[in-house]
Amino acid sequence: MASPAQHAGPVLQRPRIATAGLLPLGLVALTAILLAVGMLSLRVGSLGITTADAWNALFHYNADNYAELVVRTLRLPRTLYAIVLGAGLGLSGTIAQAITRNPLADPSILGVSSGATMAVVVAVFFFDLTAPYQYVWFAFVGALLASLLVFVLSAAGRGGATPTKVALAGIVISAMLGAWTSALLLLDRETMDVVRFWLAGSVAGRDLNTLYWLAPFILGGSVAGLFLGHQLNVLTLGEETARALGMRTGMLRLIGLVLVVVITGAAVAAAGPIAFIGLATPHLVRSVIGPDYRWMLPYSMLVGAILLTSADIIGRVIARPSEVQVGIVTAVIGAPVLIALARRRTLAS
Amino acid sequence: MAAMQLSPNQSRAGHRTVRRGGLAVRINAGVLIFTGIALTALVLLFVWAMTLGSYSIPFADVVKSVFGHGSDDQILVVRELRLPRVLSAAMIGASLAVSGAIFQGLVRNPLVSPDIIGVNAGAVLVAVFWIVSGLSYRLMPLAAFFGAAVAATAVYLLTWKKGISPNRMILVGIGVGEFLYAFNQYLLVKYPLEQVRPAIVWSIGSIYGSNWFDVKVLAATLLVCLPAAVVLAWPLRAMQLGDDVVRGLGLSLERTRLGLIVVACALAGVAVALAGPIGFVALMVPHFARMLVGPLSGSMILFTAVIGAIFVLGIDTIAQHFMPVALPVGALTAAFGAPYFLFLLYRTNTRM
Repeated sequence: MASPAQHAGPVLQRPRIATAGLLPLGLVALTAILLAVGMLSLRVGSLGITTADAWNALFHYNADNYAELVVRTLRLPRTLYAIVLGAGLGLSGTIAQAITRNPLADPSILGVSSGATMAVVVAVFFFDLTAPYQYVWFAFVGALLASLLVFVLSAAGRGGATPTKVALAGIVISAMLGAWTSALLLLDRETMDVVRFWLAGSVAGRDLNTLYWLAPFILGGSVAGLFLGHQLNVLTLGEETARALGMRTGMLRLIGLVLVVVITGAAVAAAGPIAFIGLATPHLVRSVIGPDYRWMLPYSMLVGAILLTSADIIGRVIARPSEVQVGIVTAVIGAPVLIALARRRTLAS
Repeated sequence: MAAMQLSPNQSRAGHRTVRRGGLAVRINAGVLIFTGIALTALVLLFVWAMTLGSYSIPFADVVKSVFGHGSDDQILVVRELRLPRVLSAAMIGASLAVSGAIFQGLVRNPLVSPDIIGVNAGAVLVAVFWIVSGLSYRLMPLAAFFGAAVAATAVYLLTWKKGISPNRMILVGIGVGEFLYAFNQYLLVKYPLEQVRPAIVWSIGSIYGSNWFDVKVLAATLLVCLPAAVVLAWPLRAMQLGDDVVRGLGLSLERTRLGLIVVACALAGVAVALAGPIGFVALMVPHFARMLVGPLSGSMILFTAVIGAIFVLGIDTIAQHFMPVALPVGALTAAFGAPYFLFLLYRTNTRM
């Protein structure tokens, strides 16, 4: 870490808007918002559905009613996907930014997504694996290798892992893996037709069985991550201080990285690479509730879920009658966040 | 040319100043020798690349066929199939490399190139749109140049904050690139596979099926841009000493920057339009050139162009003939380029 104080300092000094007593209330409010957005996600689409039908589809399901059938077979799966993946990505982004002490850390910037993507394409091509629960293991390995490569290479050399160096190492490794992934895709026509939709990042048209397989990884990883709040707070004080307080920082980083890799790898296996939820969520949360990771972690799960579900709804609405993949929507909204962060004085001075 | 005295290596051995009338040209003998060697290597590689293929032609016959003296078969294969491809490969390499050298000089950072700061993404987006919607192939280079120019302008304006910081430009460029890439993805899923497939092949970067039209467009672009780059290289070098020096020399800073950006965008945009975003060439080749012939100058730009030509032609030859399956050249430049870049990142002394 080059000059931790320089990057972490301004964040810590930021005044808190909310007082501590309001924080649990905020979680309740966000849960309510998430439920409302989830209901909206059941209703909005090429076929408009009333709240009553959506409610009935959930609790008094009648397969003869066409509207309820649509909700059960199409809208409910994608809504559940968006909520689970959004929660996982939001939390893993927060952990990634904390353990790298890098405000730009995001699974897509760190090369985690492209590593998992390449590994999945390899699995489909060379081993003929077609079900997500088969190739998820490849996604884990790919995500782990790519992210280790980015971390090691950007931390080595003079100056350590500064935000710009990490971002550059990540973007270059992503470019390399992307070129190889495309080259593999060229070899087979049918797979290209399937994979190009998956590559854009989409929660539409997935069956729930896949989610049942992958959700334990994402939610299990997230719940484990929730317990890291106190340790991450100590890490914010700086490498030396944390060590002096008796913390095994290397171990904490390793645990954090494994959680990020498991969550992101499973998310990529489920829906393809979805960028920027992990980047934007922590900044959004921190700017409202302050830098306490014990609260940031649960908040970022809820905010991530709300963001991804909303992005999916937006994707359904803006290009009617067809729709835009959610990964595209998050990139279009998230890239300006990256630019705004880059324009901050403390980051790229 | 009193201003030249600013440069401390003015009296370095190997430099000679030739004066004729009111003009003075400084010649660096070392760079000239290197460029001569590189040009010879390029010509040999050029002819050798044309001997390879399913219908192999001896070295001497290739030379004859180029000038129209071989057998009819050989003339057909060499002139219609192989010559356009090797010419395109060489000129695409030269264009990308010079574009990279200009951007690196402009931002004063060795880790910058049009593919990293989102300029290529602009060209790619326009070109992919062009391909999937089946618009005229002949206008594509112009459109892609326009895309590159718009992206470069956006990056420049978004980076501007009482000045340009290289680090900020890299991060803003990555952001702009991701933004444009998202629209690119949208085009790839929106259109049917028959229209999308050529766009995906193209977007890895390949020199398959180059024709004489490509060669003409590239030659015209290089004929305009290469001299312009050489002429502008002098202010570019002064710019590395800092904005104040350039102002002190009476150069119009913004006009010089604008000229350089236009030249670099034209080179990158046209090369990308014809061959796709062949990665890492613009990033690596200027480094290699600097290692051999020193910092940016007119002659260094020419050397960079020759090395770029050798690099892309060589890699394309390997990709086409020495791989188990014929690969697009971009897949191989990524394989060589990414490790080299990461090594540079590891070695870099620039505070980032």
